[in-house]
Amino acid sequence: MTYDLKGLTLAERILSVRSGRRVKAGDLVVVPVDQVMVVDSIAPSVIRLLKEELAGEIRYPERVSFVIDHVAPAANVEVATTQKQVREFAREHQINLFDVGRGICHQVLIEERLAQPGWVVVGSDSHSTIYGAVGAFGTGMGATDIALAVASGRTWFRVPETVRILFKGSRPAGVTAKDIALEVVRVLTADGATYASIEYHGTETFSLSERMTLANLAVEAGAKVGLVPTVGEALGAYEVPDWLAVDEASYETTVEIDLSGLRPSLSVPFFVDNVHPVENHLGVPVDQVFVGTCTNGRLDDLRAVAAILEGRRVAERTRLLIIPASSTVLEQAVADGTVATLLAAGAVFGTPGCGPCMGRHMGVLAPGEVCVSTSNRNFMGRMGSPEAKIFLASPEVAAASALAGAIALPETPSFGGDR
Amino acid sequence: MSECLQRIWRFGDSINTDDILPGKYAPFMVGETEFQRYAFAHLRPEFAADVRPGDILVGGRNWGLGSSREYAPQALKKLGIGAIIAKSFARIHYRNLLNLGIPAFEAPELVELLQDGDNVRYEWAEGIVHRGAESFSLPKPPLFLHEVLAEGSVLAYYKKYKKFPGEGRLS
Repeated sequence: MTYDLKGLTLAERILSVRSGRRVKAGDLVVVPVDQVMVVDSIAPSVIRLLKEELAGEIRYPERVSFVIDHVAPAANVEVATTQKQVREFAREHQINLFDVGRGICHQVLIEERLAQPGWVVVGSDSHSTIYGAVGAFGTGMGATDIALAVASGRTWFRVPETVRILFKGSRPAGVTAKDIALEVVRVLTADGATYASIEYHGTETFSLSERMTLANLAVEAGAKVGLVPTVGEALGAYEVPDWLAVDEASYETTVEIDLSGLRPSLSVPFFVDNVHPVENHLGVPVDQVFVGTCTNGRLDDLRAVAAILEGRRVAERTRLLIIPASSTVLEQAVADGTVATLLAAGAVFGTPGCGPCMGRHMGVLAPGEVCVSTSNRNFMGRMGSPEAKIFLASPEVAAASALAGAIALPETPSFGGDR
Repeated sequence: MSECLQRIWRFGDSINTDDILPGKYAPFMVGETEFQRYAFAHLRPEFAADVRPGDILVGGRNWGLGSSREYAPQALKKLGIGAIIAKSFARIHYRNLLNLGIPAFEAPELVELLQDGDNVRYEWAEGIVHRGAESFSLPKPPLFLHEVLAEGSVLAYYKKYKKFPGEGRLS
């Protein structure tokens, strides 16, 4: 390495190494892309652009993954037809294909090791900031940017400024990674980190799943990337390059968050940064509880719900819908008895994938309905009717609310085992 | 007045991609020829039927937050939106606007001056919005964006030069 990385943020380090020169916030770079992820709902546009505008160029097919997850299995003939085309195109061009039931794009890419520390990963989904959980520069883009990345093997970026989040203190029992992630969004607000990189410090003890929840919600503060330093046991199985080290870097701002002061929280309609303590909304009747998504659909999330529901029944007025984030999560949850516990409590399971998160199928909401969801957006109409309300919460609060039939806190503070 | 005027459609802060085009009306769900008819279907149901080519959208802070769905601005392009003027833009959405060649201007002061239903005259190349006898200047885009808009879009630039704007010159 002929250039110096001293004093650079994680985002600056990755973009420096990938562009082969020392770059700082504000510089424009063109970098090779290590992985391009395309979801089923965007793939048809990407394929059309590749065929009609880019002469069919696909620079590195092995670095491209198509995931059929946003409406999987297909909900109507229109969707089925486009998914057929997506499969055929992937096979014809030796693009990685993860078909119906394999799971949510982000969960699948991380399970398949298609996001690695120090990589640049771009995805046709805004929650691609999640790849920062393993120290990858992950960001979401639209169809044209994605098509250009597939064709050229490269993309352009303005090197982002960095907002450093510094967690202090220890979290009280009952406060989860979701509550912490929502607190970050509350403090920064929905556009507080626009164009910026968020670095989450004080996360050494966070599990991989918890890091994914944090980085996933970075985009809800407007961020380009959400990077968790690759320090701690959670990254033990990864090869972390020496240059991806945390340094005395020049951060635009540092925001300290005292974890010991946090409480279980809700993101209240219709904005993700509208975060309040669960206590403020106790007793609001709930029609549907949805546990799943790239934010909170992993094994530890399902186990946390099962720990609360074990030996009990979901309230009669409430539907509990559980959609594991991937087939691997589902298999593990079957193997360890989590699924049996949840079924006995009255849960209904859907095919691993995005489910009703963006309001297309498998649990959309009627006018006037209230949903407590472990997902990531509560915008008006997001999950169906614009007259429905979505409260975002941790799996633990979701489980307690399913039991009570109304927004509730878990009874025992020490639930969730090793969380 | 005989010349063709463009209407201002004014929106508030935090207009998200589910407002611009709800996910259930994605082209993937309702077909490529139909989806633009659902632009602002929840927030302003009359919009898609009443909007005219060249009309200008005005918004507050953080226009376009949320999803990376390019089909949201694609719907606006299909309806012929002439420009979007906002106090600020969300990142992914701003890139999508640029990629589609929809002129997007960050102009907080101008946002305060333009009212819903105003009739104006505007041309992107001129960089001025005229309302009656008044005229308002739009901010000039940075060089990088100017290079892009001069070719029409990032896609058009790449097709022509087989590289990205600034690539080669950057390193």
